[in-house]
Amino acid sequence: MKKLMTGNEALARGAYEAGVKVATGYPGTPSSEILENIVQYKEIYAEWSTNEKVATEAAIGAAYAGQRSITTMKQVGMNVAADAFFFAVYTGVRAGLVIVVADDPGMFSSQNEQDNRHYAPFAKMPLLEPSDSQEAKDFVKIALEMSEEWDVPVLYRTCMRVAHSASPVEIGERNWDDEKIPEKWVRDQDKYVCSAMLAKKKRPMIEDRLIKLVDVSNKISINRLEWGDRKLGIIASGPVYHYAREIFPNATFLKLGMTYPLPEGLIRELAAGVDQVMVIEELDPFIEQQVKAMGINCIGKDIFPRYGELLTGDIERACAKAGIIPWEKVAEQRDVTPENLPGRSPVLCPGCPHRSTFYNLAKMKDVIIVSDIGCYNLGALAPFYATDFMGSMGAGFGVAHGFEIGGIEKTGQKIIGIVGDSTFFHNGVTPLLNMVHNGSNVTLMVLDNSTTAMTGHQDHPGVDYTLRGKGTRVDIEKMVRAIGVEHVLKANAFDVKSVDSAIKEGLNHDGLSFIIVEGPCFFVGNNLKPAYTVTSNCNGCGTCFKLGCSAIARSDIVDEKTGRRKSSIDPVLCVGCGICAQVCPRKAIVSTQAS
Amino acid sequence: METINFLITGVGGQGTVLASEIMAAVGFAAGYDVKKSDLLGLSVRGGAVLSHVRWGEIVYSPIVPEGRVDYLIAFEELEALRHLGQVKSTGTILMNQQKIFPVLVSSGLAEYPTDEVIEESLRKTSKNVHEIPAVELALKVGNSKVLNIVLLGAISALFNIDPKIWEEVIKERVPKKYVDLNIKAFNEGRNWMKGE
Repeated sequence: MKKLMTGNEALARGAYEAGVKVATGYPGTPSSEILENIVQYKEIYAEWSTNEKVATEAAIGAAYAGQRSITTMKQVGMNVAADAFFFAVYTGVRAGLVIVVADDPGMFSSQNEQDNRHYAPFAKMPLLEPSDSQEAKDFVKIALEMSEEWDVPVLYRTCMRVAHSASPVEIGERNWDDEKIPEKWVRDQDKYVCSAMLAKKKRPMIEDRLIKLVDVSNKISINRLEWGDRKLGIIASGPVYHYAREIFPNATFLKLGMTYPLPEGLIRELAAGVDQVMVIEELDPFIEQQVKAMGINCIGKDIFPRYGELLTGDIERACAKAGIIPWEKVAEQRDVTPENLPGRSPVLCPGCPHRSTFYNLAKMKDVIIVSDIGCYNLGALAPFYATDFMGSMGAGFGVAHGFEIGGIEKTGQKIIGIVGDSTFFHNGVTPLLNMVHNGSNVTLMVLDNSTTAMTGHQDHPGVDYTLRGKGTRVDIEKMVRAIGVEHVLKANAFDVKSVDSAIKEGLNHDGLSFIIVEGPCFFVGNNLKPAYTVTSNCNGCGTCFKLGCSAIARSDIVDEKTGRRKSSIDPVLCVGCGICAQVCPRKAIVSTQAS
Repeated sequence: METINFLITGVGGQGTVLASEIMAAVGFAAGYDVKKSDLLGLSVRGGAVLSHVRWGEIVYSPIVPEGRVDYLIAFEELEALRHLGQVKSTGTILMNQQKIFPVLVSSGLAEYPTDEVIEESLRKTSKNVHEIPAVELALKVGNSKVLNIVLLGAISALFNIDPKIWEEVIKERVPKKYVDLNIKAFNEGRNWMKGE
């Protein structure tokens, strides 16, 4: 039976059909839906782990225990996980282990663009890349079998256009004995203890394995030569294969599903059979450089861009410029869209608990706001423009400490470090320990909205549920006090003054201050209240627009004295958080319940 | 046959993603090869949403190539304008008559395009423009939230696909207690288009 599935749904189905027993991960676009789909298969233990390294280690341990395992992460999560999977290449596994990373060419939701294929030669493990949903499903089984046969974790690299695109998938069944208990563990220090002395002995085997895997790559069915017109031989993998196929329906293709190690034999066969080899790949010249190192001349990044997505139009334009296709064939936008259309950038939702924090921070002078990754990064945008930095998970604390030891406070500027609750658990605890130990004197804030909001409301250690059900809640305040922070303050996110006074008290305190701003995300808090409305007292001063709430708009009614357009509140969008009523200097905003 | 390219655009919360799922599923049920790709904003509400859906004999790319959209289904007027350049000169535009102000506009930092600009741009793009009062039609059957299904009803009238296929697909994808409402919305849109 065929079914339309997204790449992430199909990947989850593939894990189910192939007998995966353990799935771990940390949410991150575009990978989050993989575990959210896996959890529907009760045969698989699934968890959101605290970060990608923890998730990878858990999956490695489960593979040691003898269960087929996968771990999932977004592109930058791979950097966090790296420390774990490098050693797993040395130890090998007892059951299949697949490390799934979802890349983000075009940077739709990431702080940097990176081509994670490089991790395969870097860590010395094989690499598979699906191009559509069918392959997203099928490649899980292939990866697990390869992992078991070669005793190595397999890197499975998907990307946004595979993860979030849907295409037909042939559904199969799970042929797996779920009652089977793993084989007893037998101590094997030569294999599993990665001390320098023991690990060193394995170095030759690791290099030797890569050489043998070239032969696998030559023979594996997911690497195939599709002979056509002999003028052009195109090497492509991932979704780019489909874009290129559409442009060159009659060309010869080497379609690669396994991209490390590369199938040198097939590549030489292709080169011998066509006039010109062309490598079309998104981001870095990963395949191209290896092809050139084989002594094979090819077209590649000399005509194609090295960054961003490489969609049909991009490929066609590059090929037309190089004289490979006529310009008439190039897909281009028509010149009919009016200029200067207003953008529609994301804003904090109506009822968002972060609004009060950024409203207050936007008014502060001589304070460096070192922020982090999550919905609260929208505090960097209009109308707040309230932050100075955003980099990587946990850096909101780590970099704040760096500003301090760099001596910036001698300029009269103070420092606030901000992380969200999920980010705090992910990688904010270790910089906090560092600051406590080294006697830091900055103000730290955790914006605790009781969820991992930006990626779709996943759990984290600070809530009392897990992906599979009930969980134990870790109390941030108790934890922080136990670490040794003495000056801990709490503020109510829905009380603008409470947040303001906590920040001021934190900044005035001599020593490390830790502010927990509490208020659940609207989507997990069930806090729908009657909408607010604007009374005739409004004179159009515009204070409420500084909240960046999409429920508040300028109306067409002009105040006679000020000549300014008055505010209005959309009763459908407003969820009744009341923050606008708190900041209105004329008390012109009231609850419809009260009125 | 030539691949049929749909581009569906709107604002987060308007139900565009469900609409693109239904468009893909209907094409699939009608026997086409189908691919679909969603470009979602953050999980916050109010951002722009864009979906590509393609029906054909064999569909390779899940993304409609630039300038090759056959049907632009726009849930919001500004978002329609943003993607006019993608529409073929022979393409069809279905636009819901609804303006949702981005925060830049509601806070007075930018102007929403005037009705004159909107009309002129649509006319310049294609002869086949259908401006649909989908919110009004949705309210007529009972709930503004089903405006997405109203729009699907409207586009269904342009294809020779058994309405039962559309209805089946819709039934599978909406909560049970809202099936009747959604089927009414579908027919409301379909009839409006036929009567236009």
